[in-house]
Amino acid sequence: MLAGMSADSGVQASYFVTAVLFIMGLKRMSSPVTARSGILWAGAGMLVATLITFLYPGMSNYGLILPAMLIGGVLAWWSGKRVAMTNMPQMIALYNGMGGGAAAAIAAVELYRGGTEGYASTTLAVAGGIIGAVSFSGSAIAFGKLQGLITRSIRFRGQQLLNLLLLAAALLLGALVAAQLNASLAVVTGFFLLALLLGLTMTLPIGGADMPVVISLYNALTGLAVGLEGFVLNNAAMIIAGTVVGSAGTLLTQLMAKAMNRSLGNVLFSGFGDTGAAATGEVSGSLKPIEASDAGVMMAFASKVIVVPGYGMAVAQAQHKVWELCQLLIDRGVQLRFAIHPVAGRMPGHMNVLLAEAGVPYDLIADLDEINAEFETADVALIIGANDVVNPVARTDKSSPIYGMPILNADKAKNVIVIKRGKGAGFSGIENALFYLDNTRMLYGDGQKAAAELIQAIKAVE
Amino acid sequence: MTGMVALYIFMLAAFTGYEVISRVPVILHTPLMSGSNFVHGIVLVGAMVALGGAHTPLEKTIGFIGVLLGAGNAVGGYVVTERMLEMFKSSRARAARPRPH
Repeated sequence: MLAGMSADSGVQASYFVTAVLFIMGLKRMSSPVTARSGILWAGAGMLVATLITFLYPGMSNYGLILPAMLIGGVLAWWSGKRVAMTNMPQMIALYNGMGGGAAAAIAAVELYRGGTEGYASTTLAVAGGIIGAVSFSGSAIAFGKLQGLITRSIRFRGQQLLNLLLLAAALLLGALVAAQLNASLAVVTGFFLLALLLGLTMTLPIGGADMPVVISLYNALTGLAVGLEGFVLNNAAMIIAGTVVGSAGTLLTQLMAKAMNRSLGNVLFSGFGDTGAAATGEVSGSLKPIEASDAGVMMAFASKVIVVPGYGMAVAQAQHKVWELCQLLIDRGVQLRFAIHPVAGRMPGHMNVLLAEAGVPYDLIADLDEINAEFETADVALIIGANDVVNPVARTDKSSPIYGMPILNADKAKNVIVIKRGKGAGFSGIENALFYLDNTRMLYGDGQKAAAELIQAIKAVE
Repeated sequence: MTGMVALYIFMLAAFTGYEVISRVPVILHTPLMSGSNFVHGIVLVGAMVALGGAHTPLEKTIGFIGVLLGAGNAVGGYVVTERMLEMFKSSRARAARPRPH
């Protein structure tokens, strides 16, 4: 299937170098100490591959290639530089969708011009085409949902049946093309249109809360599509990079789904993940408010404070104030750490990015497994903008929708201070038993304002 | 490359991806997803080759869109990953510089 190519060996050697740089770059990106250099390595690999491709044997249409690169590159550069850190997940979705679209476009060009040779090559082109097209339109929907352009999750009876029929129809047309029975313009076009439509109908019913898992899945799918088209074009850099991302992305998707206590099948087929799930569970006790001045004194004289930030903190843009507050405490000799739940942000690791933006060093940040045993020795757990991820019913109440989800054991701390805007329930609509505990005090107010008041209170202690 | 060799490459690359990611701390999940998103931007190279061999207006149009999208994937993926990773600093790196406040 891969015969017939006699590309310049210099080009092939360069692609090999690119593949090595990609793998080493990804490896370096997997540790916070070397992560920064990792993207530079991978970037160098991309540069080498892109430049050498201009020397690819038998190329023409440079007058089209250059402006297309320029338009796509400049638009992406401009949008990537401007996007706020809170909106990072949807930008990743957008760029990922573009990659899927590009893979589908490669498949389309090769199938239209009959550039594939033999059954195997054609089948791979078709497979990469459908996966890339689904990733393209699906990622576009994911972007729209997280960006707030699409606010409703469209669901109706027989939706799964419709998706199944679309998939079957797309596969049927794809099989006609792959078996070289009918590769006419109409069949190939129909195949791609059905695949694009399938991406839309698959993604529309999925709720916003599940989107990170979906984005990660589409990231893996795009990688796979790129790898498949790499086989079609006999391009080693695409095969290796695409396959590496395909398998790494699959693992990352599983890790994310696990961290959110959801199975992948559940995400794709159940249509949960919106707000308004059954709000069950009676909670006894009362909410006990506290003034910022008292809370400030409590923290100033603590020996150990654990801060639990949630997405609410990022929405209130309070991370800078919170870090200022924490620096005051550290200067007083308080032992301070941040405890991050895997889904504290919009996707696993997102909160770390937001804290890093505020200047928090990563070695003060601990994840769930590291920190959970430490809550028992903490004098104060400061919860800011987090809710479901510290709800102890996940450990105790079997009837709760979040039962079994790993949580941060903030309730084990000697004192808990919760900064909260109002008295509403969390993202899942479940009452939080933590707020009603005897050792919990509620500090009502906007996150940024509350942090500023705490700073004043601690400064007043001196 | 024969089909069998291609299959070996596929398998080894799949294991490599799995191994590279499997010991990653949660704090790097978002940047790493973004980084792997950048890496599959290599699709740009394939789109360039596809457009470079296109003949009819239809092929050229789709090829043009493909290169545009591929360039968007590569450049956008790089910019956002670099921006995120640039912010990750340790306490020692911080202490070396004056505090902004």
